[in-house]
Amino acid sequence: MISVLSGCTHLGVAAIAVLSSVPALAADKTLTIYTYESFISEWGPGPKVKEAFEKTCECQVDFVGVADGVALLTRLKLEGDASKADLVLGLDTNLVAEAKQTGFFDVHGVDTSAVKVPGGFSDDTFIPYDYGHFAVVYDTQALKTPPKSMKELVEGDPSQKIVIEDPRTSTPGLGLLLWVKSIYGDEAPAAWQKLKGRILTVTPGWSEAYGLFTKGEVPMVLSYTTSPAYHMVAEETERYQAAAFSEGHYIQIEVAGLLKNAPEKDLARKFLKFMLSPGFQNTIPTNNWMMPAAPTSEPLPEAFGKLVSPSKTFLMSPEEVAANRKAWIDEWLAAMTLK
Amino acid sequence: MLGRRQRLTGFLGGAFSLVAIGIFVGVAILALLHYGGEGGLTVLFSDPLLLSVLRFTLLQAALSTALSVILAIPVARSLARQTRFLGRMWVIRLMAVPMGLPVLIGALGLIGIWGRQGLINDGLLLLGKAEPVSIYGLGGILLAHVFFNLPLAARLMLAGLERLPSEYWLMSATLGMKSGAIFRFIEWPALRSLIPGIAGLVFMLCATSFTLVLILGGGPAATTLEVAIYQALRFDFDPERAVSLAFLQIAVTALILVAMALFPAPAEHGKTLGRPPRRFDGLGLKARLSDGTALVAAVLFLTLPLGAVVVAGLRADLLKLLTEEAFLRAAATSLAIALGSALSALLLALATIHAQTVISLLRRPSLTMKGISLLLSGVSSLVLLVPTIVLATGWFMALRSMGDIASFAPAVVVGINALMALPFVMRVLAPALATHRAATGRLVFSLGIAGFSKLRLIDWPLLKKPLLTALSFAMALSLGDLGAVALFGSEKITTLPWLIYNRMGQYRTNDADGLALILGLICLLLTLAGTTGAQSRKDDVENAGPV
Repeated sequence: MISVLSGCTHLGVAAIAVLSSVPALAADKTLTIYTYESFISEWGPGPKVKEAFEKTCECQVDFVGVADGVALLTRLKLEGDASKADLVLGLDTNLVAEAKQTGFFDVHGVDTSAVKVPGGFSDDTFIPYDYGHFAVVYDTQALKTPPKSMKELVEGDPSQKIVIEDPRTSTPGLGLLLWVKSIYGDEAPAAWQKLKGRILTVTPGWSEAYGLFTKGEVPMVLSYTTSPAYHMVAEETERYQAAAFSEGHYIQIEVAGLLKNAPEKDLARKFLKFMLSPGFQNTIPTNNWMMPAAPTSEPLPEAFGKLVSPSKTFLMSPEEVAANRKAWIDEWLAAMTLK
Repeated sequence: MLGRRQRLTGFLGGAFSLVAIGIFVGVAILALLHYGGEGGLTVLFSDPLLLSVLRFTLLQAALSTALSVILAIPVARSLARQTRFLGRMWVIRLMAVPMGLPVLIGALGLIGIWGRQGLINDGLLLLGKAEPVSIYGLGGILLAHVFFNLPLAARLMLAGLERLPSEYWLMSATLGMKSGAIFRFIEWPALRSLIPGIAGLVFMLCATSFTLVLILGGGPAATTLEVAIYQALRFDFDPERAVSLAFLQIAVTALILVAMALFPAPAEHGKTLGRPPRRFDGLGLKARLSDGTALVAAVLFLTLPLGAVVVAGLRADLLKLLTEEAFLRAAATSLAIALGSALSALLLALATIHAQTVISLLRRPSLTMKGISLLLSGVSSLVLLVPTIVLATGWFMALRSMGDIASFAPAVVVGINALMALPFVMRVLAPALATHRAATGRLVFSLGIAGFSKLRLIDWPLLKKPLLTALSFAMALSLGDLGAVALFGSEKITTLPWLIYNRMGQYRTNDADGLALILGLICLLLTLAGTTGAQSRKDDVENAGPV
């Protein structure tokens, strides 16, 4: 017992040493990028991007990771003008209007002609770096006839359940809300009330939902058209597939922006340009499991050719989302709680 | 019987606790209020859904508490009565694991057993029952809350039963008391004084439950206040609304806690010869059968979902995970935070209890003193009601002008976790210290032992076990916590639960399962430290000399 305790103390001391150590500066300039945690994790694009950019810039890239895009924006609001960030990477178009309202962001002034995203999002402040369409991903072993449209999902067999994310606490949840709204318009509450019978449960975020799905608890989950690519490339299985919906799919476009108070503005602009080059874009497909927003130097892995390619893309303007989000979430709540 | 010095240290300790907790919670809330501006409550009450959210929060918490506490009684009693069956210690240790498990992992374990594809439904299918049992909805929430809180309640009750003087058992055996009579006259009075406190604790844990309620609730019809607070801060960034909601939550649950506090105070602790308890009432066949049934049921209920976690975890490449730098860093960070917060919680608890004792021993305590004592017991529990995200965000606001926030993050996380653990630590230590004082107080006074030698000769040997139990409780709690880190999280401070969520977010469910298994094992190891004291208790008593 004593040895366990003293072991803990040693570890504790070691950890405190780790926590308080300040990274030595390798170069005179440091570019600080705020992003989401999974971007900079071992398998994310972060480490490769850092290496590639540092070769060209004689600088050091410092990533600061928070939970996700929403947390990123909150973090900026919390820090206000005191923020040390040069760049923010990982907001999506639904958050753009709100991000601009903070007044922290500056016009990027970068040539974005290389950007090719469905729905044609372009903006003077935020540059897209990847995208993915929301999709119902299903388990082929549990579901032989997946829904071929949103209508079939809404009106289909209620015993074939789906897990969705909560639009109040996650971006995929909000994505589904906007998707249904795009298709059904004013009829959305009725559609939700019908769909309700098919929903096994609503999780706070994507991780919980996808966990239930891969554990076999439910045959369908709201995820991305690119999710099957992970299973095909990393796990060599075609078991999980995305259902193509005839009405079309709602898109999530991830963007990066430059801060007004950025200590290294020129460096940050350089990075934004770099973002649209193959050095950055090559890491996106098999590290972030999203579609690249600009040309890569190599063709995409074979698996990406097998993915659902939506016939139509839905994308609401950031202003429209910002203006209606609260009302639509309330509408969703009312429809979902109604007996 | 109180020396001047004791009185002084008591007051100082109490003041220290009050000020420390007050500053920690106060700074966070003031910072948020400052940022949020004024307006406040009108925004809150214009929300039509608020009432139903509040109703559901309280309903599920009340039901979860009732079930957890009632079901814990037979479990604790069986464990107390059957003192020497094989693996008893392991059952007790096992009970600390759910506490340390990240909620998501625990939920997945439960779903592995009770879910649509789970063991129970498979069994029912074999028996020809087509309609699966659904754990989504209120039933699932209750099941999960009992899974997480019954072990906690049972452990606290067991500690209470084990504190009963061994003379009671000798006496009851001499008198030939039957099990029913023993329960009525010995065990129930001891439990009755503990239950309001335990129930209050469990109630607060269930009232602030968030991920579990969302995952297993089935939909937004099952929403708690905590979700509304989370949304207000994270999605809308509306600190004003978040703080108003937090105050509403505090107000409502405080009312319920006050009601619980009106229950009769714990009985006086008798003097004891300090012999290790030896019970004679568990020897009969009938007692052994009923205890065995209760224990097997409880163990199955706990181990099956944990087993699902283990089975899933074993599919991962554990060796590779264990040697990864990311894991080692996260484990070291988690343990450092857990140890730091557990020690802080212990310190706060000891100061608080000492102050309360000193005040209760005053011959004519003034109204102020009584007030301070009440405040102390309130404050050490009320902190559970202030959601961690509110505390974390508030501290973030307060610290942001001080430069690099990331460097303050570990301290704030330690503080938040210490506060979270404080009520548990108090529940373990307060009765133990009271018993200890009743047993040794007069002797110590007459011998004139004080200071370090009292600590070394009298206090440490006898209090070692409850102190270690409290420490392991607090560490397990802190190890499983995700809340505080989630906001501050950066590459500089990654804990194990954070790493688990991170891996899941990267499609690496396999790794996440493996890490969850490792985290569970660490919790188990920690409780080893907290429970081995029990085995050497006999030696401790002998070492303590002629007590």
